[in-house]
Amino acid sequence: MALRNIMGKRVGIGLMGSRALSTATCDVESGSAKSINLYSAINQALHVALETDPRAFVFGEDVSFGGVFRCTTGLADRFGKARVFNTPLCEQGIVGFGIGLAAMGNRAIAEIQFADYIYPAFDQIVNEAAKFRYRSGNQFNCGGLTIRAPYGAVGHGGHYHSQSPEAFFCHVPGIKVVIPRSPRQAKGLLLSCIRDPNPVVFFEPKWLYRLAVEEVPEHDYMLPLSEAEVIRQGSDITLVGWGAQLSIMEQACIEAEKDGISCELIDLKTLIPWDKETVEASVRKTGRVLISHEAPVTGGFGAEISASIVECCFLRLEAPVARVCGLDTPFPLVFEPFYMPTKNKILDAIKATVNY
Amino acid sequence: MSTAFSAAKFSTQPFSTISHDSPLVFAKPTSQFFGSTRKLRLTSSSKFNLSRRSGTVVAVSDYVKQKTSKSTTSLLITKEEGLELYEDMVFGRAFEDMCAQMYYRGKMFGFVHLYNGQEAVSTGFIKLLKQQDSVVSTYRDHVHALSKGVPARAVMSELFGKTTGCCRGQGGSMHMFSREHNLLGGFAFIGEGIPIATGAAFTSKYKREVLKEADCDHVTLAFFGDGTCNNGQFFECLNMAALWKLPIVFVVENNLWAIGMSHSRATSDPQIYKKGPAFGMPGIHVDGMDVLKVREVAKEAIGRARRGEGPTLVECETYRFRGHSLADPDELRDPAEKDHYAARDPIRALKKYLIENSLASEAELKAIDKKIDEVVEDAVEFADESPIPARSQLLENVFADPRGFGIGPDGRYRCEDPKFTEGTARV
Repeated sequence: MALRNIMGKRVGIGLMGSRALSTATCDVESGSAKSINLYSAINQALHVALETDPRAFVFGEDVSFGGVFRCTTGLADRFGKARVFNTPLCEQGIVGFGIGLAAMGNRAIAEIQFADYIYPAFDQIVNEAAKFRYRSGNQFNCGGLTIRAPYGAVGHGGHYHSQSPEAFFCHVPGIKVVIPRSPRQAKGLLLSCIRDPNPVVFFEPKWLYRLAVEEVPEHDYMLPLSEAEVIRQGSDITLVGWGAQLSIMEQACIEAEKDGISCELIDLKTLIPWDKETVEASVRKTGRVLISHEAPVTGGFGAEISASIVECCFLRLEAPVARVCGLDTPFPLVFEPFYMPTKNKILDAIKATVNY
Repeated sequence: MSTAFSAAKFSTQPFSTISHDSPLVFAKPTSQFFGSTRKLRLTSSSKFNLSRRSGTVVAVSDYVKQKTSKSTTSLLITKEEGLELYEDMVFGRAFEDMCAQMYYRGKMFGFVHLYNGQEAVSTGFIKLLKQQDSVVSTYRDHVHALSKGVPARAVMSELFGKTTGCCRGQGGSMHMFSREHNLLGGFAFIGEGIPIATGAAFTSKYKREVLKEADCDHVTLAFFGDGTCNNGQFFECLNMAALWKLPIVFVVENNLWAIGMSHSRATSDPQIYKKGPAFGMPGIHVDGMDVLKVREVAKEAIGRARRGEGPTLVECETYRFRGHSLADPDELRDPAEKDHYAARDPIRALKKYLIENSLASEAELKAIDKKIDEVVEDAVEFADESPIPARSQLLENVFADPRGFGIGPDGRYRCEDPKFTEGTARV
């Protein structure tokens, strides 16, 4: 699926549909960049999206004053209430309505206030959005739909403001699930998601909204979907993760370095369809793999990665695939530090895997 | 399922024949949506078995004006009731203010939603319930828990995340549960509690009709907000409750705002009470800042449910004085609107009523204030001194088997066997 141009760089397939959507990458490096945080990067991406496509809409609960995380500030003032508007409190309605908009050729960017609240919309996403193109024989599609939701632990969120539901959606063929790790990634990935001709669920790590600050180019740029990125080179063990968990994993990698263990860290970025080739190439190099995510370990997306890697790299593996994930309990309130896959847990697992 | 409860068996008037052209709501709305000083009327008809007055519930202020003599027999409440209501409202207010203080001191964390200003609804309804009646609430549930009888110590400890909390520290601010007081929770997710309340009401009806526990007239109250009235779960449950004539009262605490979304801009028809008759139950609007009016309406609605006449939708127009949660800067609401409602503070209004009608003296009310302050202080001290839950509690109660050790050869949970060691579970 990924073509290579003469530079050997991967290039996405440009699809010339009626909206001339393109998934080709743009040069990230040109132009000026400013140091901003995650919610500002997402805000910029939304501004660009609405500017470049007159049929783009942003809607959700409380988006018009800027949203509870300020991701949508300034949009209503700039683009008007007809394009940026609040919906009543009905997630199922919001997503279903978004599918309808997308089916009629608009770009619908729906916000679900917290990923924990996405479940009423689960039916619409799984049964409608994922199957629309398939069952209409490509007469209709809801590719213009992008659902954004803040996910993940935030320190004090408790059961219903901290969940990571990505695994549920990864089980559905027909949609894409994308999770950025930082402001610069978020802006590029979000613009790619919005312009991708498939429905996408975009989970934003809410913990990083204010905490993560990075130089983000001010112009319009896109980052390719379904391409994982090796963010740290290593030779002893491959670590795979996404979102906020990567910063924890990176700290573990730095600690492990002191013990002489060279860790390769991969950011999956797109969970489905995920970039098996990059991960496989890395595992062939190192022979060991560890996956980490905040969601509970049983049935989490780490299980899929683990099974796939074992299928393709069984003889190369030096140790079992390790998963350092959340515990199999509902996301706790006071016990959050014990539940989370912390740096120390990851470090222990790295050592155990390397010394297997 | 409706055959088990077919009209012929228990009810003398089949409810399903309600016609939509005689809506069971009161007079057509005036243009002024804020501030209901209207008279509240239940359309009286023989269908409803209204045993007491002809059906006109008059606004408290009107009532007081009509009285020339101050005889207590024609007042809406007795002295004892008045003091009970006052105490409950002051308790709610003082507790919430203390929560805010504790939050800003870092003693509790997470998302905390305070109830200041809405006390009349909680007190007006819950004080009419028995212990076996159930209450289902939202994330704004501290005061519902207190009114229902959950001790302040248990609620405060729960907020601090301690083992002595009503849910052993697992739930936090938004998930107050109490089996003893039949408080079925605290729900972070709007609308999720309503189907649960519907199920609880069904149980009560089942016990009465099928299991023949004739004196089981337990009622369930479901509290939720204006934003929830646009959610699918709400409509589904109105339908089910009316279809099966469940003993439930749906209480809408319409405080006009859902975080930052104004009710009038989020709802096609902002008059929520009208949604009741659409499903075949009476819909009533009441001034939620006046505890006596709320109480009168609550008596009727709860009475209906107890007599087996089915559900009622009550819309209480109320207001929250603070922001949506303690993290909400509350910049969107118009100060004039806030002032309008602050002037109608339910506690102040009740105090005035009690004093003007010689039901209580200033000194008595002050004594209550002081007593409540002491109770709340004691609750904080208790919560402070309580222990934090042990780490092993994290894995408990995921399934019925409390610690996941399985069932032993004697058929009981292994963890209950004192000879079974604890060392195997690892966190």
